Amino acid sequence: MSHSRDLSRASAGNTNGVVETVHGHQGLQLEEPLLFEIDNPGAVGVDLPEPGAFKMRLGGLERQREIGLPSVSEPEVVRHFTRLSQKNYAIDMGIYPLGSCTMKHNPRLNEKMARLPGFANAHPLQPESTVQGAFELIDGVAHWLKELTGMPAIAMSPGAGAHGELCGVMAIRAALDDREGGPTTRRRILVPDSAHGTNPATAAVCGFSVDAIPSDSRGRVDVKAFAEKLDDDVAGIMITNPNTCGLFEPDMIEIAELIHDAGGYFYCDGANFNAIVGRVRPGDLGIDCMHINLHKTFSTPHGGGGPGAGPVVLSDALAPFAPVPWVVHGADGFSLVEHADDAGDAKPFGRLKGFHGQMGMFVRAYAYMLSHGRDGLRQVANDAVLNANYVMSRLSDVMTPAFDGPCMHECLFDDRFLKDTGVSTLDFAKAMLDEGYHPMTMYFPLVVHGAMLIEPTETESKRSLDDFIAVMRALVEQAQQGNSDAFAAAPVLTPRRRLDETAAARQPILRWTPEVQAAEAAE
Amino acid sequence: MADRKYTEDHEWVEVDGENGVIGISDYAQEQLGDVVFVELPSVGKVLDQRDEAAVVESVKAAAEVYTPVSGEVIEVNEELNNDPSLVNTDAFGEGWFAKLKLTDPTELEDLMDEGAYKTFLAGLS
Repeated sequence: MSHSRDLSRASAGNTNGVVETVHGHQGLQLEEPLLFEIDNPGAVGVDLPEPGAFKMRLGGLERQREIGLPSVSEPEVVRHFTRLSQKNYAIDMGIYPLGSCTMKHNPRLNEKMARLPGFANAHPLQPESTVQGAFELIDGVAHWLKELTGMPAIAMSPGAGAHGELCGVMAIRAALDDREGGPTTRRRILVPDSAHGTNPATAAVCGFSVDAIPSDSRGRVDVKAFAEKLDDDVAGIMITNPNTCGLFEPDMIEIAELIHDAGGYFYCDGANFNAIVGRVRPGDLGIDCMHINLHKTFSTPHGGGGPGAGPVVLSDALAPFAPVPWVVHGADGFSLVEHADDAGDAKPFGRLKGFHGQMGMFVRAYAYMLSHGRDGLRQVANDAVLNANYVMSRLSDVMTPAFDGPCMHECLFDDRFLKDTGVSTLDFAKAMLDEGYHPMTMYFPLVVHGAMLIEPTETESKRSLDDFIAVMRALVEQAQQGNSDAFAAAPVLTPRRRLDETAAARQPILRWTPEVQAAEAAE
Repeated sequence: MADRKYTEDHEWVEVDGENGVIGISDYAQEQLGDVVFVELPSVGKVLDQRDEAAVVESVKAAAEVYTPVSGEVIEVNEELNNDPSLVNTDAFGEGWFAKLKLTDPTELEDLMDEGAYKTFLAGLS
C-alpha cells in the first residue's frame, strides 16, 4: 500500500482541502446549520386548526411571549437530523478501536429479536400476567450472567457501567452499615492509578474518599503498596480486570484475601470482561461485585446508539442489599419484588431506576448469548485477545508498547516512538481521521505518557486489521520523516478542522442565542 | 529565585518572611497542557503539608496540587478564575496559586532547591 500525506494541500495557508461552493456543501457532504438557524417562521410539520373561542384558566400565568422554538416542515426536520447523522461515525461504518470501550459489531439478529412486538410494545406497567415472557427473558439473562461470572446474585436494573458502579458501591456501603449497626466509620476506597475515571467518581459520589494505589513497573496493581494501605478505615477496593493497560491482574485472589481480612469489599469493574468471558469466572477470584456492560461484552448498541445496560453481580455477602426490583419465580409463574416490604429477609438499599432495567438491551444481550452459546462466548474472548495481540505484534517494531506483551483484549502504546518528531499523540490521532479511521483512546490510562490504547475487538476481520495496521505504519513513517507541520494541520478532510479544545473548555458557549439577543447582550 | 523550593510532585513554594507562595512548576504545566480551570482553596483554610491545596484541570487531565508546606491560606490568586492560562504562560510568576502563612518553616528543609529539582527532572526523561 503506497501512502503519502499531501503536504501541498495541508501546509499552505488557505488550505483545508475545501473547495468554495455556494452554500459551503462539499459534494454530497452537506453543511448543516443548527436547527434554530433554519427556523422558517410559519412552517409546521402538521396543520392544526386554529383553536376556537376558549376561556383561559391560568389566572394570568399564561406565557406572554413566543416560546422561541424553531419552525420547520417535516421534510426539513428529517433532512436536518439525517444530515447530522451522516456526519456521525459508527461501528457500522468501520473499525472503532477505542480502548476499554469494546466497540464491537451489533449483530442484526439482536435487533430483529428486540423488534418482536411482544417485547417492543410491552409496557412496564402492564399486569404481570401479560408479560410473563419478558420476565422469563430477564430471568434468563440473569442466569447467564451469574453463570458466566460465577456469582450467586445479580441486580439487573442499573442503566450502564457507571450506574452499575454506583449500585455496587451502594451495596458495599449498605453491607458495612448493616455490619456496624449504623453509618459505617470506614471512609476510604482504594483505586489503582490506572482506573477508569468513573471508579474514583463513584466512590466520591457515595461519600468515600479515594486513595490511589500505584501501578508497578509491569502495569499491574502494586500488591505491596496496596497491602500497606489496608486498615479499618478501608471500605473496599475497585479493580478493573483486565486493567486499562490491557493486562490481566494476576494477584486478584491475594488482593481479595487481603481486602476481606481487612474487613472491606472487593468491587471489580467489568468494563473489560470481553477479554475473559467464558474463560475466567470473576467469582472464583474472590470478588464481591462486578458490573457487566451489556453494551460492550454482549454487543448491544453503544456510543450514541445506546442506551447501555449495566447489571451487577453480587456475592453472598452483598446479595441481601441488592436494589429492588427483581424477578422471582413462584408456583404461579414469574413476578416482581418491587418493595423492601416484600423482600423477606433481604434488605435492599433502595431503587436505582424507575422500572426494571433496560429491557430492550436484555433482549439483544439474550439473543447474543443464545446465538453464541457457551463455546461461542469463549471464542469471543479468544478472538478478542488474538486480534489485540495481532495488532500489537504488527506495530511493535515501529511503535513503542508501554509494557511487555502479550496483552489481553487491547494493546497499549506510549509516545516514545514520536520522541523528537514534533508530533504529539493528539496530532497522530487527528491524522488518523483524514485516513478515515476513528482514533484509538488517547492519553488514557494516565499512567502511560501520551498513551494510545487500541481495542480492535473480535469482530474485525484480519483484512480489516491489516488495513488499520497499514495506516498506522504509514503515519508513523510520515511522523518520523519530519512532517510535523502536516500533522499539526490535521485533520484537513473532515467537515470541521482541528477544534480548539482549550477555548471550548475556557469559554464554553453552551446555548444558542439569536443574533439579535446576542447583539443586545453585547451592548 | 534562590529561595524557591520544589517537591517531587512538581509543586513549588517561594518563601518571603513568614509567608510562602505556592504554585506548580513549568515542567508540570507543560506536562498538563493547556490549563482550563483551577480550583483554589478558600482563604482561612488550614493545610497540613501534602494536603490537597488545589485542583488543576487541563485539556488532557485533572490533577491535585498538594501544598509543599503546612500553613493557613491567607490569599489566593483570583486572576486564575478569569484566566487559567496564566499557569501555562508564567507558572513561576503570575500563575501562582495561593499564599500561605507558614506554620512549620522547618518543613522547607525536606524540599529540593533549584539545582536538586533540575537534577530530579533530568532523571525523569
